[in-house]
Amino acid sequence: MSVPPVVYSGEGLSKSKRPGLGELIRKRPEIITLFLLITICIVVGVVNPAFLQASTLIDIGRASVVMGLFALGVLIILAAGGIDVSFTAIAAFTMYSMTLLVQSRLPDLPIAVILIMATVGGALLGVINGLLVHHLKVASLIVTIGTQYLFRGFLLSFIGTVWIMQLPPQMGAFGRRQLLQFESANGAVTTLPVYFLVLPVAAIITWWILNRTLMGRAIFAVGGNSDIASRLGYSLRTVQIFMFGYAGALAGLAGIIHVCANRQANPFDLVGTEINVIAAVVLGGARITGGTGTVFGTMLGVLLIVVINSVLVLVGIPSTWQRLVVGAFILLAAAFFVTRQRRK
Amino acid sequence: MGKSAGQLVMLIVINGLLLVLGALISGGSFLSSYNLQSMASQVPEIGLLAIGVMLAMCAGQGGIDLSGIALANLSGVVSAVIMSTFVSASTDPSAFSIAFIAGAVLIGLLGGIINGALIAYLKITPILCTLGTQMAFMGLAVVVSGGKAVTVGSPALLSSIGNDMVLQVPIAFVIFAFAAALVAALLRFTPYGLWLMLMGTNPKAALYAGFPKNGVLVATYAISGLLSGVAGIIIAARNVNVKFDYGSSYLLIAILIAVMAGVKPEGGYGRVLSVVLSAIALQLMSSLLNFGGLSNFVRDFAWGLLLLTFLAVGRYRIAGFLPSIKRQTNPSAPSPQGPK
Repeated sequence: MSVPPVVYSGEGLSKSKRPGLGELIRKRPEIITLFLLITICIVVGVVNPAFLQASTLIDIGRASVVMGLFALGVLIILAAGGIDVSFTAIAAFTMYSMTLLVQSRLPDLPIAVILIMATVGGALLGVINGLLVHHLKVASLIVTIGTQYLFRGFLLSFIGTVWIMQLPPQMGAFGRRQLLQFESANGAVTTLPVYFLVLPVAAIITWWILNRTLMGRAIFAVGGNSDIASRLGYSLRTVQIFMFGYAGALAGLAGIIHVCANRQANPFDLVGTEINVIAAVVLGGARITGGTGTVFGTMLGVLLIVVINSVLVLVGIPSTWQRLVVGAFILLAAAFFVTRQRRK
Repeated sequence: MGKSAGQLVMLIVINGLLLVLGALISGGSFLSSYNLQSMASQVPEIGLLAIGVMLAMCAGQGGIDLSGIALANLSGVVSAVIMSTFVSASTDPSAFSIAFIAGAVLIGLLGGIINGALIAYLKITPILCTLGTQMAFMGLAVVVSGGKAVTVGSPALLSSIGNDMVLQVPIAFVIFAFAAALVAALLRFTPYGLWLMLMGTNPKAALYAGFPKNGVLVATYAISGLLSGVAGIIIAARNVNVKFDYGSSYLLIAILIAVMAGVKPEGGYGRVLSVVLSAIALQLMSSLLNFGGLSNFVRDFAWGLLLLTFLAVGRYRIAGFLPSIKRQTNPSAPSPQGPK
């Protein structure tokens, strides 16, 4: 990965120093995440060798698809200095309405069209976020809290609250289609589904947007200092609408994949997981105040959270500790990054 | 100043309208003392948390406290678990109640100080810090309680806080009003209040003026934590059980109340009285929707719409265009409201 056009506040004129380990960590905070991830994997692998089986790794890969898609959207918004908590509501909204639509009105819709429609639907809801954030001129956290309630309330009061257990056949088939299949020693079969491919594709597109396009430059510039960025001629309106639209599109896609993977559409799902996703992006080295963040780091952050969630039980720690561990990790990472940034 | 009075008048008008509307819809039973009392006993939990959010927002620089409800539940859970090993709720109810209350307040205060110290001394952004502590507090409550509800029961003193009345007013509401008055007095009559608001208005100027910035930040989050602890007591008193995930939507509602009360999310302005009125308005609205037989989901939808509407009102000063409010605002402009 190339170095993103990061806007470090107030250090542009700092003297060039010997590039030590501290310097490297400050520039590429995701190295800490990588180190943490590898340490956890080694420790868990030693304590319980069952962890290093193909089946466990595939489970982790499968579990990170939906969260990874969410996290890529959050990354773009965090990089531009915003925050979004409504993406889970967008995902729930699009997944449930899409499933209902296909089931009752358009049973013959091919899966590709379903995926595209969900993505577009999510993008439209995201654009609503972007317009509100831009025109109300209020912290995006507060606006998206409002839209989270709005979208979810609309879904549950006007669209439906019934679980759909019997998915339309093409969606079920998409969730089951295999990419790879492994048979472990005891005969249990684990499969890596095709939908897993969506995550690397989305990651590459996001990386491309952030590092190879003018929009990416605008996003980091706005996240570094929005006043200066707008005086330099970047349109805040365009950036805000784009980033919320993009996050919404990824959320819509993630929602429909969630449905296909779980073979049911539950309108109460997903909402409530947004804090975990934001935690993953922050653990991946993106600063919550904007201007920094890499796709690679974000993917590491997602893996870290998914691994923590799935290994605690393997090493004999009760699953009740999961939240405490993740919370402690966030605080440690935050404190660590901040002290690193101050010590120049 | 004109704006602050306008906001207050608007909230009073909204409360009045809601009461009249409720009376019309229900044919008077909305205003029965039973219904009013039941509504008044539901306000304190969320109202206390909203005052905490308000204080954090006033400090500016992205100040916000997302850990409120998690800390309230943590105080209840930990205090209940610890105290019940020392004092038996059934044999000595009042000793248990006092111990439980002291424990919850202490844990709330401690949690708040942790928040404040992390933000002031480690310079972690408030959103990120309270996001982390929210998870940690909730996680700790899960670990301590094993993920199950902890029974507090209804020992005499505690249960009277949750259920009894003083002069027809629920005790919980009296506690809420007392706490709100205390915070309001703190903001108006002590240097702390002035420092907090000025720091939120212009952090750089505050720095050069030599304000004890870290002290103010720690105090702000400590008070917010203390209020969470009190909310935890009221939750325990009203519900017999305490559980780590009680009131999961309170986080957003507390922010909604603060924004509805005209608290500036970017810092420097907020009035306790407005927050109290706004909490009451939200409770009235919620009860009204229940009376109308609408589901909780419609209520969620309405709250989201409401939050966005209030943001729009604040942004475009729609309130200023309403003639009745304008008339009210002008004469009260020179009133001794202070720069708050």
